[in-house]
Order: sequence, then structure tokens, then C-alpha cells
Amino acid sequence: MSEMSWTLIKFGLVLVGLLQVVPIMLWVERRGSALMQNRLGPNRIGPLGLFHAICDTVKFIFKEDPIPSHVDRFYYLLAPIVCVIPAFMTFAVIPFASSITIDGQVINFQVADLNVGILYIFAIASLGVYGIMMAGWASNNKYALLGSVRSSAQMISYEISMALSIVGILMIYSSVKLGDIARLQGETLVQLGSVAIPKWGIFVQPLGLIIFTTAAFAETNRLPFDLPEGESEIVAGYHLEYGSMKFALFMMAEYLNMTVASAVISTLFFGGWQLLPGMQFALDALAFDGMNREWARIAFEVMSFTIKVAFFMWVFVWVRWTLPRFRYDQLMSLGWKGMLPLSLLNIVITAGLIALGVI
Amino acid sequence: MDHFQQSLNKTMDLRIEKDPDDLWDDSKVIINIGPTHPAMHGAFRCMAKLNGEVIESSYSEFGYTHRAKEKLGENRTYHQFVVYTDRLNYCSALINNVGYSMAVEKLMGVELPTRCVWIRMMASEIARVADHLICIGISAVDLGAFSFFLYGFHQREEAYTLIEKLCGARLTTSYTRVGGLMHDAPDGWEKEVKAWAIKTRSVIDEMDKLLTDNKIWRIRTEGVATFNKEQCLAYSYTGPSARAAGVNIDLRRDQPYMYYRNVEFDVPTAQNGDSFDRYIVRIEEIKQSLNILIQCAEKIQKGPIWSEDKRVRIPDKDVVYNTMEGMIHHFKFFMTGFDVPQGEAYTQVEGGNGEMGFYIVSKGGPRAHRMRIRGPSFWHYQGFDPMIKGKLIGDLVAALGSINVIAGEMDR
Repeated sequence: MSEMSWTLIKFGLVLVGLLQVVPIMLWVERRGSALMQNRLGPNRIGPLGLFHAICDTVKFIFKEDPIPSHVDRFYYLLAPIVCVIPAFMTFAVIPFASSITIDGQVINFQVADLNVGILYIFAIASLGVYGIMMAGWASNNKYALLGSVRSSAQMISYEISMALSIVGILMIYSSVKLGDIARLQGETLVQLGSVAIPKWGIFVQPLGLIIFTTAAFAETNRLPFDLPEGESEIVAGYHLEYGSMKFALFMMAEYLNMTVASAVISTLFFGGWQLLPGMQFALDALAFDGMNREWARIAFEVMSFTIKVAFFMWVFVWVRWTLPRFRYDQLMSLGWKGMLPLSLLNIVITAGLIALGVI
Repeated sequence: MDHFQQSLNKTMDLRIEKDPDDLWDDSKVIINIGPTHPAMHGAFRCMAKLNGEVIESSYSEFGYTHRAKEKLGENRTYHQFVVYTDRLNYCSALINNVGYSMAVEKLMGVELPTRCVWIRMMASEIARVADHLICIGISAVDLGAFSFFLYGFHQREEAYTLIEKLCGARLTTSYTRVGGLMHDAPDGWEKEVKAWAIKTRSVIDEMDKLLTDNKIWRIRTEGVATFNKEQCLAYSYTGPSARAAGVNIDLRRDQPYMYYRNVEFDVPTAQNGDSFDRYIVRIEEIKQSLNILIQCAEKIQKGPIWSEDKRVRIPDKDVVYNTMEGMIHHFKFFMTGFDVPQGEAYTQVEGGNGEMGFYIVSKGGPRAHRMRIRGPSFWHYQGFDPMIKGKLIGDLVAALGSINVIAGEMDR
């Protein structure tokens, strides 16, 4: 098969996979929050309430879709699209498995192995805020405007620390290509007896991980940083005037951003598709050979990556239902006075360690 | 023409005095928070003039749930009005029932049997716990901590189950009667209350662990919506909101009504009068109320629940169904009501939010001549504007959640 057709297959897989994430996450969020709050959660339709998300989708599609008369129609309609498309696009550079060689042709399990890699993610993810800004402005509603102003201020503040927090990673692995970063994390950092500690980002960049995760929460507008929506303060924030499928698109964008954030955290700090401890034994125990073994390896890698991403998605849910919300000025001061200096400090420390030859 | 216009404008300017509550300013955004806003628990609104996120000035308005309760009190018999007291502070309806019945009993000089008073006291304390649970829960929801709210809400539902066992209703109880109660508490009710109190104590500890020392919760509430002792006194604050600012008042201790003299409890106070203090005072008060409940459960005895005063005693059903005199008595009692002697009476009870007062003037006859209800939220809401001036929108939510304004008792 040509390279083009492989790309198309990968593209299709990622798109379908991402579309499935949204209803699954809806279910996880509902049942997960119920689990934490001594409730049952939705349990009427399907086993364990799994099909509620399907009903939701049907409801969203068939609901009446009114456009308020006071909105700016063009931007009002454009905003949800501008929000949701970058969310899909960012996943393109994330490697979800290593590569396989078929008939001398190397296939990377990554839609596009761009040479700008992680920078592409930052570039595209930033576009999402235009959608929010447009929604707030076009809605012609004070609450919506407040929400979108909050959102853009938040995005700008946290994007800086987010980008700076991974500079350490880039310095250590000397690459911005996510495929390279994931591959290099397979190396051994320290050998403690029979246990080899891999060179995962979490072991070489713990501070970077904390800053990046915090900033990722802010980027995805989740509690404790959900000020753009801030239900009790500004009602629903930027999507206040949106109903039916247009609202669903905003919600989809939020969950997709969460997925991408989890995937980036896994790739940068937790070895991406690198096998989880114990998986290598399982793979050896299966005793495939030849091409089968290669495919089994790929399957395990995809599984490993999925488990990591799922874990971070759960962290997102977990944090959301535990913590209260920041106030606007506190959020800003945390971003500028707390996280920005810390991420700069992280760069200096990392540079020092590299110069000393520790890492 | 221009000259004419100018002189006209000038005269207009002279004639129209500027309303101090008018927020209009061309360069600022005025935002209507309420009457249907998620943070406004009940229907009232706050118009805020915003400079960015900062509230420069605000004007709070209420009356959306005004039902002319006090006037209704003058057109209903004394028994019929019990139902209306449920709808004052609907989070702790039993306290209102008790307070109102006490006022009429004071006017008539009715003596109550001990069991009746103990049950009323226990009912009041259960209602107080439920009220405080919902207050701290809702203020946490407003700041984004949803799980905390549901932990408390579960215990509140359990409390309502206990109340349901008393009177068959969960929210609008109408439990008390002048000179007695609707029903006696069922057998073993005290034990259930005690078990519930012990369980609730552990839940409160759990909630305390979850939220009180949470960093975000602290920075969101500490130093926010501060209302100091002087302001509290100037604005007639009572209840937990006043105690949070160091005003050491509690009617249960200062003017012991019912049998509060016979139980031991502390009155928790704090110093700063900010949102966090109001929260922590309520948490402590729940613990104290649970102590009172456990003591009550041990002290309560079997016995009659009705006063033997012929004027207010509702005839028993077997008398009503089996004797002619009983039936006529019952009919007259409910159709025309009972006569209350001339005079006036004011009773105050420690409600969920503060001093809940009932003032009744009687000129004889089965209806009150004048009725006045003092709902603490009315006074608390007056302090809302100074409380949020110069603060952010997020603080407005924290302030309103912590003073627990209940539209029912504010608008009446």
C-alpha cells in the first residue's frame, strides 16, 4: 500500500477514536462523579447507563436550534466550529504506537510526524480560544462576554508557562518531534538492581510535569480553572446563548481538549507508547514470532498509550469533582507570579543538570 | 434653538435630583445578577456596576417572592396561619412553626406539657442542622465544590426523613399547633434521632476534612465579604453571621426559651466576620446542635403532648366521632377558630439564620389584629451591598452563599 493510503487509514482511526472519546468521557464523568458523591448516577438506559450518551446525542441533534435575534449571526455560527476543529487537529502529531516495517516500508503510528512536533500542538491549541472569544462577542450578552474575556486572559497567561514548562523536556531529548521524544523515553535512566527506571519525563522533569499539568487544566477550562464557564458566577459563560448541537460542539471541544492534554502529558512525561511495567513479560509470554510478534507489540503499545491517556482523563474528572474554583485575580496571580517563575527556574535547573552531565 | 435647548437642559438638571441608587454610567457595564441567576438562591437581584470584574457599586433589590404573609396573618385564624409560617425560611420550617406557636401561646398564657416542648426543641435542632447543612453546601457549590454539597445533602435528606416521621411532610411541615403538636413522635423516634446525630457528626468531620483546609477554599473565603462587629451591630445582624464577626449572641443561651436551660452547649464565635468565619461557625453550630439533640434524646420522657387548656385543645377524634358535643366543638374550633384575649406578644427564637421573631397584636377574636414577622435574612441582605463593594464577581457569590439569604423569610 502506498504511504498515502496508510495515512488515510491512520487519519480515519484517529478521527473515529476521538469521536468515541466524547460519549465515553460523558459517561465516565457522570458515573465517576456519582461514585465520588455516594450517588448512582445515570443508570436507566443500557447497562450501567452506558447509552445515556447516545440519547444525549440524539437529543442534541433533534432539538430546536434557535438563534437569538440579538446575536451577530456569522460569528455566532462560526464560533463552535472554530472551537471544535483545532481540538481534532491537535491529535495529528501524537504518536500512539511506535513503528512497524512492512515490506521494507516503515509505518509510524502517528497521523503526521511533523518536524515542528510539539510546537504544532501549541500553535493549533491556541486557536481554540478564538472560538471562545468569538462566541462571547457574537452572543452580545454581558455574561458571555465576561466569560470569553476571562477565557482569553486565562489562555494567554497559562500558555506561556505551559510552553516554558516543556522546554526542559525539549532540552533533554533534543527534539521537538513527539515521535522522537516518545522513543527516547525508552532508554534507561538508572539501573536499580534488576529494576530499570526508564528515562520518562516524570523522572527527569518532575517540576515540569506539575507545571504542565496545572497549565493543561487551565487550558482546557476545567475546574479549578473553569472560570470561563463559572456556572454560579457568570451562568454559563461564553456558551450561554448556545443551544442544541452548537452547545454540544463546545462540549465536544472541551472533552477533546482534555483528551489531547492527557495524550500530551502521557507522551511527554510518561513514555507515550512505551510499554507499562509488566507488559513486556506478557508480550514475551505470548511467544509470537515474525510479523505476528510485531503486530502484537503494536497492539500492546496502543493499549499502553490508551491506559495512560485514560488515567489522565480520570484525573481530570477526579480533580473537577474535588476542588473549588479559583477567583479571577487569584488565577492570574497564580499564573504570572507562581507558575511562570517556576517554569523559568525549571529551565535553569535542567540546563545546569545537562551541563553537569547528570541527565 | 440651541440656546433654548441648553436652558431647557439646565432647568431639567436642576429639577431632577440624582438618585443615589442610580447606577447608570455610560462608561461602565451594568450587569443584572438575578432574579434568575444560579447564585441567587431564591428570587432577588443585584444590579452591579462593573469595572472589568470589579463591582464598583451595586444596588440590591428584593420582593420578588413577597406574598403579604403578615397581612394574611390578619385574615386567617391562628391555626390557619401555621401553614404560612412554613414558607418563611423553608430550609428550617420547624423553627418557624415553633416560634409562631410560642407567640400565640404567650398571648393566651397556655402552659405546655414537657414532652411537647422536648419534641419541639428536638425538631428545631434537626431543622437547624438541615438549614446549616444546606447553607454551607450551597455556598460550596457556588465556589465550585460540588461533592462537598452532596455529602451534606445526604444527611439533610436523612433529617427530613426524621421530620417526615413526625408530621408526614418533609419540607413544609406545619407541625406545631397552638397548645400542642400535630402528632406525637412515633415510638423509638428519639433513638433514631440519636443514631442520626452520631452519623451526622462523622459526616461533618468528613466534610470538614475535605474542604476546611483546602487551599483554594481558604483563599476564596478568607478575607472575602468581611462584615465586622460594628457593621454587624449597625445592620442588626443576628445568628451565625453576627457570631462570625464576634457578636456573642444566641437567643438559646441569652433568653432561654423552651428547655434550652437544661441542655449544655457552646456558642461558637469567630472574629473576622468573613465568608470563611461564617462557614466555620456554621460547621461548629451543627456539631453543637447534634450535641443538644443527643442530650434531648436522653432527657425526653413519655407523656401527653397537648395542653389541657380547653381554649386551644383540639378534641380527640374518638370524641369528635362519637359525641355530639365533641363534634360541635371540633366544627366550631376549625370553622371560626379560637378566641385570643386582647394584648400583644413578641417571641423570638434562634432560627437558622438568626433571630426569628413573631409579633402579634390581638384585639380579641379568632384573628390577629396585627402581625409582624422578623426574618433575619431581611436584615442580612441590607448589608450585602457594602459587603461586596469593590470586590470581584466571584466574591459576590461567596458573600451571598455565606450569609444564606432565604427569599422566603426576607420577602415574607
